[in-house]
Amino acid sequence: MTKEKGLLLAGGGIVGLLSIILVKLGNPANMGFCIACFIRDIAGGLGMHQAAVVQYVRPEILGLVCGSFIIALIKKDFQPRGGSSPVIRFILGVGVMIGALVFLGCPLRMALRIAGGDLNAIVGLVGFVAGILVGVVFLQKGFSLGRNYQQGCLEGMASVGINLFLLIVLVAVPSLLVFSTEGPGSKRAPLLAALAAGLLVGCIAQRTRLCMVGGIRDVILFKDWTLLCGFIAIIVIALIGNMIIGAFALGFAEQPVAHTDGLWNFLGMSVVGLGSVLLGGCPMRQLILSGEGNTDSTVAVLGMFTGAAICHNFGLASSASGTTLNGRIACVIVLLVMLCIAVYHSKDTTK
Amino acid sequence: MSKLTVDARGLSCPQPVLMAMKAVKSEAAAFDIIVDNRTALNNVTRYLKSAGKITNTEENEGCFVIEVQ
Repeated sequence: MTKEKGLLLAGGGIVGLLSIILVKLGNPANMGFCIACFIRDIAGGLGMHQAAVVQYVRPEILGLVCGSFIIALIKKDFQPRGGSSPVIRFILGVGVMIGALVFLGCPLRMALRIAGGDLNAIVGLVGFVAGILVGVVFLQKGFSLGRNYQQGCLEGMASVGINLFLLIVLVAVPSLLVFSTEGPGSKRAPLLAALAAGLLVGCIAQRTRLCMVGGIRDVILFKDWTLLCGFIAIIVIALIGNMIIGAFALGFAEQPVAHTDGLWNFLGMSVVGLGSVLLGGCPMRQLILSGEGNTDSTVAVLGMFTGAAICHNFGLASSASGTTLNGRIACVIVLLVMLCIAVYHSKDTTK
Repeated sequence: MSKLTVDARGLSCPQPVLMAMKAVKSEAAAFDIIVDNRTALNNVTRYLKSAGKITNTEENEGCFVIEVQ
């Protein structure tokens, strides 16, 4: 086994373990970490949407970006770069968030839901792989959003600045923010624990380049299993953890923060898979890259924030009671928009 | 004949690896790939090793030139 695979197995294992610990400390079930849900909660905490059950500025996200920044700085990986179709990336970010909130989770939460015995997440995984397959076809046709270029240091650090500012507001003037008093947004691990977990996962993900989409993509494209090791380790360790704390429940019905609408679990995650391949990484990877100074990823993350607000302001987000008509329509529109972007940018630039 | 040079600077994953793959398939006896970040460097080198190529990397002004034989 190569050193990289070993690191990914260890890193993924720690992420799986921390996810279980965060649930034990108060986070919603099967949601120790969920990039989509947490970005959505932050959007709610800032009043960008008014869904009362999902409003909380999650310290995990702030920690992820700051952790990635700190370790990238130490290891000389911090590089302010950007300018590769930022507006298209913003749109893809919005689309990925819509897909994730129709399914109810990002790829990381999908893994955690599988580890909790939620079979709906297996349906999501099949959709996710299908979306990645479509993305890979475009990659092979030469899909590219173009080159990025060096940016100023301030531009590269803006993402960390925003996250630090939110952290200061959360600690010093929480009265400015909105806090859910019921629902998933009211379930939260203590601030310091959540922040520490975020920082640790940020460091691990930066060093190992852990990416839920990259793992499956690389297996399909290059028969390279390196990145997938991290994904598998998360599921295995979280599965063992869930069994130990008695949180494992196999089945489709009555799963925490999930619905049983198979078609839309499939299509929601297809959108996330395709969009993430086009962006070059899953939502978590976008946060990590944003900490490393990649301003294109920062723009994609801002797109995800906007997407989260759109989802709740226009009734697109699913809930435990199922999907919504608006959500299903939006999911199809997003899929079509992504396919148009993929076709348009698939001229062979590698010649 | 000038040596084939593949410029993969500023491209996000996995494009640099796809470009390396294409260069390998073009049956060029030797070629250079230029990348500008460690992720791409690691990924491209890993692929080239698995394809049985010998690589030599030089760092030059923030870029990495991977010489492939």
